[in-house]
Amino acid sequence: MISRFNVRSAALTLVAPVLAIVLAVGITTVVLLVSGDEPLETFGYMVDYGFQPRTMVLTLNLATTYYFSALAVAIGFRMNLFNIGVDGQYRLAALIAAAVGGAVTLPAPLHVTLTVLVAVLVGACWAGLAGLLKATRGVSEVISTIMLNVIATGLGAWLLHTDRLAVAVSGSNNIGTKPIGPSGQVPGLHLIAGTEVKVYGFVVVAALAGIGFHFMLNSTRFGFDLRATGRSESAAVASGVNVKKMIVGTMVLSGAVAGLVGMPQLLGASYSYSLDFPTGLGFTGIAIALLGRNNPLGIAFGALLWSFLTNSASILDVHQISKEIVIIMQGVIVLSVVVAYELVRRYRKSAEQRRVGQELAATAEPVKG
Amino acid sequence: MWMTATPEPAVELKGIVKRFPGVVANRDVCLKVQRGHVHAVVGENGAGKSTLMKILYGMQRPDEGEIRINGAPVTFRSPSDAIAAGIGMVHQHFMLADNFTVLENVILGSEPRQAGTVIDFSAARKRIREISDAYGLGVNPDSLVESLGVGDRQRVEILKVLYRGAKILILDEPTAVLVPQEVEELFASLRGLVREGHTVLFISHKLDEVLSVADEITVIRRGTTVETVNPGQTTARRLAELMVGSELPVPELRESTVTDVVALAVEGLTVRTPEGRPIVDDVSFEIRKGEVLGIAGVEGNGQAELVEAIMGIRPAAGTIRLSDTDITGWTTRRRRVSGVGHIPEDRHRHGLLLEAPLWENRILGHQTEKPNAKGPWIDRSGARKDTARIVDEYDVRTPGIDVHASALSGGNQQKLIVGREMSGDPVVLIASHPTRGVDVGAQAAIWDHLRAARARGLAVLLISADLDELIGMSDTLKVICGGRIVRAVDPHNVTPEELGSAMTGAGGEA
Ligand SMILES: Nc1ncnc2c1ncn2[C@@H]1O[C@H](COP(=O)(O)OP(=O)(O)OP(=O)(O)O)[C@@H](O)[C@H]1O
Ligand SMILES: [Mg+2]
Repeated sequence: MISRFNVRSAALTLVAPVLAIVLAVGITTVVLLVSGDEPLETFGYMVDYGFQPRTMVLTLNLATTYYFSALAVAIGFRMNLFNIGVDGQYRLAALIAAAVGGAVTLPAPLHVTLTVLVAVLVGACWAGLAGLLKATRGVSEVISTIMLNVIATGLGAWLLHTDRLAVAVSGSNNIGTKPIGPSGQVPGLHLIAGTEVKVYGFVVVAALAGIGFHFMLNSTRFGFDLRATGRSESAAVASGVNVKKMIVGTMVLSGAVAGLVGMPQLLGASYSYSLDFPTGLGFTGIAIALLGRNNPLGIAFGALLWSFLTNSASILDVHQISKEIVIIMQGVIVLSVVVAYELVRRYRKSAEQRRVGQELAATAEPVKG
Repeated sequence: MWMTATPEPAVELKGIVKRFPGVVANRDVCLKVQRGHVHAVVGENGAGKSTLMKILYGMQRPDEGEIRINGAPVTFRSPSDAIAAGIGMVHQHFMLADNFTVLENVILGSEPRQAGTVIDFSAARKRIREISDAYGLGVNPDSLVESLGVGDRQRVEILKVLYRGAKILILDEPTAVLVPQEVEELFASLRGLVREGHTVLFISHKLDEVLSVADEITVIRRGTTVETVNPGQTTARRLAELMVGSELPVPELRESTVTDVVALAVEGLTVRTPEGRPIVDDVSFEIRKGEVLGIAGVEGNGQAELVEAIMGIRPAAGTIRLSDTDITGWTTRRRRVSGVGHIPEDRHRHGLLLEAPLWENRILGHQTEKPNAKGPWIDRSGARKDTARIVDEYDVRTPGIDVHASALSGGNQQKLIVGREMSGDPVVLIASHPTRGVDVGAQAAIWDHLRAARARGLAVLLISADLDELIGMSDTLKVICGGRIVRAVDPHNVTPEELGSAMTGAGGEA
């Protein structure tokens, strides 16, 4: 009976995101009709293009980056901490890690480890600042992380200067950190046939991080304390949780994962942090964490979907259809998924009551078990 | 019983059925409440009393059945429908905003407007005074809720309901947090209300009170109404039998198990408000192994703060010693790990994760201990097995250990907490209202467990509003008032009445 329960409830869990996607497609259809484009054709272009081998690799690669970002946000969310600062954390982390990685030459595994370690540390420290401010001064982490984002941008701009960490990139007027040598690069994987483009080796790290996240939350005392604090701070305090320590610890952990956000790109493609390093990934992470309900598997799907939409939209330009249509779609998905989860929750409750009622109809005693 | 020809009952419930996952909370419930009556509803924990009242108040919708108010069938979609039909409810846990005045709390949500825009405070103040005077509630509209004791707060809740025009009042366990004097005052107010034509429905586990105030009593057992009786024709014992099929338990400690070994010593403990006013003032006591120290006092006299200071949740001056070790500077966790158990007074805020399954609630507060943890890991199967044991030993009525704590009735949540805190052989147990909200049968079981643990050497600090429990279960009894221990009382030679007046500082030597 229990297992039947779980299959059912797992199926129901999927209903919400599917509902949200259907709604998003519907609204996008209306927008397309209004703007005079053919909806079926448009979606057809996107699907066609999106499932070409090369696009699939790009989708997987971008999703890897999104995944770290959403995971970092989700760690905070599970304790009701709103880490809006993932954006600043990963940019600063990637910049400094790139500089360190570019400055040294070490045997391959050590070189990569060092670069990643620096990124993780910088991310952790930057987020830890917000944690400390909240624990000692009661400053809302929302405010402090927004501020820290701004500071990270300024600090990054200052550091990324030819007088300091940057060198001119040959053949352009771009500047960036000194490129990381071959020993510090993470080789790509030939996962998808039919294209020369490789999948970031970091996809493996992302999968491990997801497993680690699940394990940390559900099987460790730290994870229990984290979830308990998220559910009821007063009960957690009474149970002996040191909430201040938990705030700092959780922010540090969230920032450490945020530090990984820039790594797939840095160690798998660009090997240098330059002016055109991707920005704004931290905010995408918030949306994907919501979409995936802070659950590592849910976030994986969310990241893939988001990345698929972003990548497959590239084709729309060719057909003179506005690419922004995808942004509308992504926005609607996030909004409607929140509503859909609530609808499913209510449905599930009443369905369960009906089912139990039927099962108990014959028995005269309240049933246990 | 239903045959008596009285015109139009104020409330009539017919064939009410309400199901929750795994349980039928109400099954074919029939209830008639005459206008102008105080009607009591009694039944064991999880019998379905609160659920029934929530249905009547529109907070939950019945799966089947009919509700009639003054003879007319109604369907409530939300509490506002019920309020419109003249029904008001006071929940067991008060829902007042602390840092607002009584006036603000009362009008919150139904503000009287002057010319449709400005809140008309003076009109509201006048009406509050009128209502308060009419029913002898003695509520001052301008005092700050923060500064009120529980008895006063409850009257504010009642006033709030009356202010919205309720003619039918539902009170869910209104006396659980009150000491006898306050109960008397409450009942006087209720009688006043009834004289004015109001109808009162109330739930209680204290059968003596029920007998003294109710005009009619309905017993609910396992979700269904078994009988409606007249208090003149029944006894507490008979009611208990109707409810649970067992006799009334008596709190008493047979022989003394008090030893010479001090388990917990508190010296000069002082807790101050942020403004510097002492709420706990220079409190000292010792509890020896095998001893139960009872603290009697009207709620709000520093008991909660004293407990929090001992648990390390609230900073305090003074020293606390566990056996021979000074634990004053220890964290809450370290105290708990060293064998200090804690049954908190507010189970929802401090005792449970309502939206977590029972087995995770078993872990709460014992995150580092066996069988919940192995080193830094959570031992899921160990915790689950032990939860099943607690559910079994403490008779927690639940469909399983995977349901959320919020799905348990109030008394069953309490049983789970007591079971958890008694696990793992604590050295000291800080028990705030350990049997608050549990039925007579479960009360007896909890007392049995306490007695057995005491015989094994457990030291207990017992705080309770139930004076019979305090007198019966304490080896030593002290009275707290205004944050100070004002006197010691001999539990073997004191009546509840004497203790009651000692608590308010009124009586002579007890
Ligand atoms: N929201 C809910 N979801 C699932 N089950 C519930 C819910 N609320 C109550 N129940 C179940 O319904 C039954 C009746 O609960 P109810 O709260 O009405 O009991 P009660 O008579 O008020 O008990 P107590 O004296 O302990 O407060 C219990 O078995 C309880 O577990
Ligand atoms: Mg109840």
